[in-house]
Amino acid sequence: MIAFLASRLVKGVVVLLAIAVLNFALIRAAPGDPATVMAGEAGAADAQFVEQLRVRFGLDRPILEQLGIYLKGIVTLDLGYSYRQNRSVASLIGDRLPATLLLTGTAFVISLALGTLFGALAAARVGRISDSLITTGALLFYATPLFWVALMSQIVFSLKLGLVPNVGYETIGAGYTGLARVLDIGHHLILPAVTLGLFFTALYARMMRASMLEVAGADFVRTARAKGVAPGSITRRHVARNAILPVVTLAGLQAGQIVGGAILTETVFAWPGIGRLMFEALAQRDYQLLLGVFFCSSAMVVLFNLVTDVIYRLVDPRIEVGA
Amino acid sequence: MLKSSILAAVSAASLLLGAAGAFAQAPKAGGALQVVVTPEPPGLMLGLTQNGPTQMIASNIYESLLRYDEKLNPMPSLAKSWEVSPDQTVYTFKLQDGATWHDGKPFTADDVVFSLDVFLREVHPRWRQIANNQVKAIEKVDDLTVRITTKQPFGPFLLSQEAASAPMVPKHIYAGTDYRANPMNATPIGTGPMKFKEWRKGSYVLLAKNEAYWDKGRPYLDEMYFQFIPDAASRAIAYETGKVDVLTGGSVEIFDVARLAKLPNTCVTTKGWEMFSPLAWITPNVKNGILGNKQFRQAMMYAIDRDFGKDVIWSGYGKVATGPITSKTKFYSADVPTYKFDPKKAKELVAASGYKGETIRFLGLPYGETWARWAEAVKQNFEDVGIKMEIVSTDVPGWTQRVSNFDFDLTFNFLYQYGDPAIGVGRSYVTSNIVKGNPFGNVGQYSNPEVDALFAEAAIAPAEKRQELYTKVQKILVDELPLLWLLEMDFPTVSRCNVKDLVTTAIGVNDSAKNVWKQ
Repeated sequence: MIAFLASRLVKGVVVLLAIAVLNFALIRAAPGDPATVMAGEAGAADAQFVEQLRVRFGLDRPILEQLGIYLKGIVTLDLGYSYRQNRSVASLIGDRLPATLLLTGTAFVISLALGTLFGALAAARVGRISDSLITTGALLFYATPLFWVALMSQIVFSLKLGLVPNVGYETIGAGYTGLARVLDIGHHLILPAVTLGLFFTALYARMMRASMLEVAGADFVRTARAKGVAPGSITRRHVARNAILPVVTLAGLQAGQIVGGAILTETVFAWPGIGRLMFEALAQRDYQLLLGVFFCSSAMVVLFNLVTDVIYRLVDPRIEVGA
Repeated sequence: MLKSSILAAVSAASLLLGAAGAFAQAPKAGGALQVVVTPEPPGLMLGLTQNGPTQMIASNIYESLLRYDEKLNPMPSLAKSWEVSPDQTVYTFKLQDGATWHDGKPFTADDVVFSLDVFLREVHPRWRQIANNQVKAIEKVDDLTVRITTKQPFGPFLLSQEAASAPMVPKHIYAGTDYRANPMNATPIGTGPMKFKEWRKGSYVLLAKNEAYWDKGRPYLDEMYFQFIPDAASRAIAYETGKVDVLTGGSVEIFDVARLAKLPNTCVTTKGWEMFSPLAWITPNVKNGILGNKQFRQAMMYAIDRDFGKDVIWSGYGKVATGPITSKTKFYSADVPTYKFDPKKAKELVAASGYKGETIRFLGLPYGETWARWAEAVKQNFEDVGIKMEIVSTDVPGWTQRVSNFDFDLTFNFLYQYGDPAIGVGRSYVTSNIVKGNPFGNVGQYSNPEVDALFAEAAIAPAEKRQELYTKVQKILVDELPLLWLLEMDFPTVSRCNVKDLVTTAIGVNDSAKNVWKQ
C-alpha cells in the first residue's frame, strides 16, 4: 500500500509539472495579453502605456525565461503574483476558497446522497410509476442547461416567490455576525447549491440505477435469492455495494473539481468563488492567476484520483490497489 | 480674467437652483446606496486605471480640479475658482481651503503640481498627450494657487480636468515610489466625499462617508456599496428583488431597461453622459482592398438601416449619428452630407465601386447580446445590396489585439468624445495616430493631409475660430467616410426614484455621489 502511494505520488508530481508546462503554452496561444486588455479597458491608451504595463508584468522577457520563472515558482510552491490585481495568486485563491468549498462541497454531498438514493429506489421499483418519475426527472435535469435552470430558479424562487436571495454570498451591508451570519450565508447558498447539485444528482441517479439493474441480473444475486436471503438485504449487501463502484468513480471526478469551482453557477449567482475567479482571469488574460487556479485544480484532480483508487479497495476488497 | 470665475459661480449656482427648484426638498442625510458596477475593476487607484468601473467607484475617492455641468461648463471642485489670461495661455487655479487627504494630510498646490506634472504625465495616456504637447509649465504660486501655462491657446484645456482625466493624487504617498507597485494602491487615499473602507473581491467595494470632507454638509450618504454581479440577467433580477438601488449605464442589456422602466418607483435617465457622449461606428480598414474605395464606403452607409439599429436593437435609446462629432460635443455641425437608408442607391454605388463579390470579414464587438444582434442586422442590410459579409467572433482580449494590429476588414467600436473634438475625436482620424498596439488609435488607417492639418489647427486656434475649422473637417469626413457613424449612444441609468440627485453633472454616475441622497 505504501509503495503504491509513493509511486502514485511521484507519478502525480510528474503529471502536474507536465500540466503546468502545457497550461503555460495553451494560455500563451490565446490572442491578446494582460497589457492589451488593460489598455482596451482604459478607453484610451498609447504605446507607452502598453509598454509600461508589459514591463511591469514581466511580459517583455523572452517566453522561455518566463516559463522558467514560472516553473521555478511552482517547484517552490510559489504560485506567483497577479499584477492586474496587485496581489499574490495564493492569497487571491485563498480568499475565494471558502466560498467555493461551501458551494461545491454542499452540492457534492447533496447530489451524492440524493443521487444514489434515487438511483437505488428507481432500480428497486423498476418499471413502476416511481421509477418513471425518477428517471424522467433525472433525464430532464441532466439534459437541461445549468445556465437556464439557474436563471429560471432565480425568477421563480427569488423574484416571484421571494423565498431566497437571487445573487451573492451574504446580505451586503447587513453586518451580521455569528449565527445570524451563518444563517444568512446558508440562505444565499440554497439556490446555487441546489442548482449545481441537481445536475450531479441526475447523473448519479442514472448511473446508480443502471448499475444496480446490471448487478441485479448477476449470478451471485440469483444465488442469494435462491438461498432465501431477504430482498432488502440483497439490495443493500449484494447489489448496492457492487453497483456503487461506477458511482465512486464519478464521485472521484466530481470531487476533483470541488476546488476548481463551478464557473456557470458562480457566475449566474454572483457567488465569489474560484470558478468565477478563473473565468474572469481568462477573460482578462491574467496569466499568473489563471495558471495558479489551473495548477490547484489539477493538483486536486490528481489527489482525488488517488483517493478514489483507495476507496475502491475499501468498497471492494477484491480490487488490488497495486495493480 | 474675473469673468470666467463669475461665470463658474453662476453656473454652479444655477445648477443648485435647478436641482432644488424642481422639488423644493431639503436633502436628507444618511443611508446606504447599493450600486451595481460591471465588471469588477482591476484596481481603484484612479490615476493608474481609468476604465469605467474604476471611475464609477473611485471618483468618490479621488477628485480633480473641476467638475462639469451638463452643458460642459466647468464647475468648482478642488479648484475653488480659476482665471484665464486674455491670450488664453495662462490658467490660474485657486484651491479649496481646508481640503485634506483621507489620511489627514492637507491638500496643497504641491499635490497638484506633483499630480499633473509628474505622476499623470508618467502614467496617464490622455493627460500625457496634453501635458507633453500643449503645456509649457505647471507651477505652484503659493500653497493654494497653481498656475498652468500652455505653449499656445489650447481650446479644450478647461475640459481636461474631469475626475478620471486628471485625478489629484497624494504626493506624500507616491513621490519617489514605483507607482504601480505602491502598496497603498490597495487602500486608495484621495480627497473625495467617500473613503475607501473594504473590498471583498468578487462581491463588493464599500466606501464610507468622509466626515472631514471640505465641502461642508456633504456627502449625504453614510455608505456606498458597489456590487459585482457578473451575469446581466441576474443583475436585472437583483434590482427587481430590491438587492440594489442603482443599475449604472450598460450594466443590464438595453432590452431589459425598457422592461425595468415600467416597475414602480423606478426612474430611468439618459443624462450624465454629455461629457463622454459615446459614439458607435463601424471602422472600415481602408487598407484592405475594396474598403479603400470611397464609393464602396458610401454604399455601405446607404445600405445600413441605422434607424432600425436605434429603434429595435437599442430599444429606441440614442440618436442616429450624423458625423464624427456628436450633437452633445462642442463644435458639432449639422451642415454635412446625409445618408438616408437607401438600398437602391447603395446597390448602384456597389456596382460603381468595382466590388467583385469578395467576402468581407466583420469582427464583432464582444460586449454582450445587443452588439451581436446589431452585427447580424448589418449583415442582413449588406446582403440585401449584394455585399457578402462574414461575422467573426472573438473575446475581449482577442478583439483588442486584432483591432490594435489592424487585423480586420470591418469592426464595431464606440469611443468617448470627452467634450471637445481635440481630445476625443481627432484621435480616430489623424495620420499621426496610425500606430499599431493602440486600440484607440486610427485603426482604420484613413489618412488625409487636409484633415490632419484642420484637426491640428483647430485644437490650438482661438476659441472663435474653432467652429469654422471643425465645420470644415466634418464636411470632408462625412463625404469620405473613414468611419461609418451609426449611433450617438445613450447609457441609461436605472434607479429607484427615492434616490435623489444621482445625476447632476456631465459625467453622471461616473462622477462622485456627493450630491446624492435617499428620501
